[in-house]
Amino acid sequence: MKKNPFSLHVNLEDFIPATEEEKSYMVQMRPSTTFFKDGMKRLLRNKIATISMCVIIFITLAVLIIPSFWPYSYDAMLGIRPGKPVDPSYNNLAPFQYGETEQALIEQGEKVFPHVFGTDSAGRDYFIRVVYGTRISLAVGFFASIIVLVIGMTVGSLAGYLGGKVDLIIMRIVDVIYSLPDMLMVILLASVMKVALGPVIEDTILEKLGSNIISLFIVFALLYWVSMSRLIRGQILSLKEQEYVLAAHSTGAKAGWIIRKHLLPNCISVVIISTALQIPSAIFTESYLSFLGLGVNAPMPSLGSLASDALNGITSYPYRLVIPAITISLIVLSLNLFGDGLRDAFDPKLKN
Amino acid sequence: MNVKTLMYVLKRILLALLTVWVVITVTFFVMRAVPGGPFTGEKAITEAAKQALEAKYGLDKPVGEQYVTYLKDIVTKFDFGPSLKLRGRQVIDVIVDGMRTSVKLGLAAAGIALVSGIVFGAVAALYRNKVIDKIIMVITTAFVSMPSFIMGTLLLLVFAVKFHVFPANGETARGLILPIITLSLYPMAYITRLTRSSMLDVLGQDYIRTAKAKGVPPAKVIFGHALKNSLIPVITYFGPMLAYIVTGSLVVEQIFAVPGIGRAFVSSITNRDYPLIMGTTIVLAVLIVVMNLVSDILYKVVDPRITLE
Repeated sequence: MKKNPFSLHVNLEDFIPATEEEKSYMVQMRPSTTFFKDGMKRLLRNKIATISMCVIIFITLAVLIIPSFWPYSYDAMLGIRPGKPVDPSYNNLAPFQYGETEQALIEQGEKVFPHVFGTDSAGRDYFIRVVYGTRISLAVGFFASIIVLVIGMTVGSLAGYLGGKVDLIIMRIVDVIYSLPDMLMVILLASVMKVALGPVIEDTILEKLGSNIISLFIVFALLYWVSMSRLIRGQILSLKEQEYVLAAHSTGAKAGWIIRKHLLPNCISVVIISTALQIPSAIFTESYLSFLGLGVNAPMPSLGSLASDALNGITSYPYRLVIPAITISLIVLSLNLFGDGLRDAFDPKLKN
Repeated sequence: MNVKTLMYVLKRILLALLTVWVVITVTFFVMRAVPGGPFTGEKAITEAAKQALEAKYGLDKPVGEQYVTYLKDIVTKFDFGPSLKLRGRQVIDVIVDGMRTSVKLGLAAAGIALVSGIVFGAVAALYRNKVIDKIIMVITTAFVSMPSFIMGTLLLLVFAVKFHVFPANGETARGLILPIITLSLYPMAYITRLTRSSMLDVLGQDYIRTAKAKGVPPAKVIFGHALKNSLIPVITYFGPMLAYIVTGSLVVEQIFAVPGIGRAFVSSITNRDYPLIMGTTIVLAVLIVVMNLVSDILYKVVDPRITLE
C-alpha cells in the first residue's frame, strides 16, 4: 500500500520486536564504573604514584608492627640497670656492636638481638628511636590534615552556601590569615604554648602526648585551614547554581541537608587531593619545629629532633644524621608524588 | 595605570597594613598571655626586685596602656624596647646587627635561585622529554621534598666534615657559601619547575609559531618571545621565596653558626627573651608581607592581559 505522506496512520513497521542482532547492539560491553573505581584505575596505571603508595603503606605498617616485637624500647637507656653502676659501654655503639654485658652473654652462647643502627649517646637503641620518630611524624601529619580538613570544610562550605555578609566577613578573615607569614606565627605560638599548656594538661591523657604536639595541632587548627576553606568555598559557589540544588530547595530541604547530601559529595575529589597534599606539609612543619626544639617533648623522638641531636656528633657518627634525613625525605617525597598522582587521577578538570 | 589597577593596588596595600597590624597585635597579646611573666625561671628574685624590674620595663601598667605605647613606639620610632637577656642592648640594634649578615645571605641565595632556576627551567622546557629534561625534573623533585634543615645538615656533613672543602662555621665570608647553597636549592628547584611549565605553555602559543614561520632566528624566538613571556609567573613566587628564605635561615644559621637574625631569633626563643621574640617576629613578618605585596602588584602591572578581580 502506498503511504500517504500526510496520513496520521502509525507506521506499524516501527513497532515490530527487535531481532537478536539488533538486541546485541544494546548489550553493555563493559560493566558500568563508579567515580571512585574509575579514579583508582587511573591511579594504579600511574607507576610513580603506585610505587609511592606502596612505600607509604610499607613504612606505615613497619612503624606500627615493629615496636610490638622489638626487644628494646625508645626511652630505655641500656647501660642503666637497677642496683648496678651505669655501664658506659652501651653509649654510642656503632651498628651491630654490643655492650659489655651483652658481649659476655654472646660468649656464653646466648643470642642477643642486634642494635641494627647502634645506640645513641645515652645508650638507647637507635633503630627503635627512628621507628618511633617516623611514627610521630606520620601521626602528626595525618591528624593535622584531618583537623585542617574538618575546619576548612565547615567554614568553606558555610561561606560558599550562605553567601552575602557571612561570606564577606569570613573571606576577609581568611584573607588576613592567609597573608600572615605562617611559619613565623607557628614558631611564635608553639614557643608560647609550650609554656602555657604545660600546667593545663597535667594529669590528663594529653600529658603523655606532650604540650608541644598539642600546641602544634592548635596552631594547625588556627592557621592552616584557610586554603582548604577557600578551595571548598569556590567549589560550592559553582555547585550551588546547579539544578538539583534548586530541586532540593524547592522540596523543602534545609541548608545543612543540602550541604551534606548534595554539595560536599560533589567536591569530594578536590577535598581528597588537597588533604593528601596537606600531609607532607604538616610533616615538614613538625620536623622543622622539632629541629628547633619546639616539637615533641623528650625523650619521645621525632625525625626532626633526631636529626638535630645528631648534629652534635656529626664528625664521629654521621649515619645518625643520614638515617632520619633519608627517612623524612623519602616520606615527604612519596607523599608528594602520591598526592600528584591522586590529583591526576581524580581531578575531572585534568582528565585527558 | 588605569582606575581599576589603582583600586587593586590600594586594596592590596590596605590588606597588607591590616596584616601587619594583626601580626603586631597577636605577638603582643600572645606574649602577655604567657603565665608567670618574663622574669620567672630566672634565679630567685625578691618581690621588690621583681617590682622594680617590672616598673623599669613598664610591665606594671594596665595591658591596654602597654599595648598602645608599644604600638606607638614601633610605628613612630621603630623602637621595640630593650632586650631582657642581652643586658643594655636595644632589640632594634640586635635586629639591625643580625640583618647585616642575613640580608647578604638571603639576597645571594635568592639571586642564585632565580638565575639557575630560570636557566634550568628553560633548558628542561626546550628539551622536553629528552634525557636532560628528565634528569632536571628528578633532581628538582628530590629537592622540593627535602626540608631545609636536612639539606643543610647533609651539605655540612659532606662538604665541611668529610671533605673539608668549606668551613663549617659561617662567621667568615667563605663560611657563608654553604648556607647560601642550602637556602637556594629549594627555591631554585621550585623556580625550575615553574619556568618549565610556563615555558611549555608559551611555546605552544600561536605567536611563537607565527614568529617561527616569519623566519625569526630560533635564538630570538626563545629569548625575545618565549622566555620573556614565561617569566611572568615567576614574579608571583618572589613573595613565597622570601618567606621560605626567612624561615629557612632560622635553621640554616643555626646549623652553620651564622651570626644573623635567624640565630638571634632562635636563641631568643630558648632564652625566653620576649621583647626580642616580638621584635624579630614583627620585622620578619613585615618583610614577608611587603614582599608579597610587591610581587602581587608587579605581577598585575607587568602583564596587561591579566584581569584584576
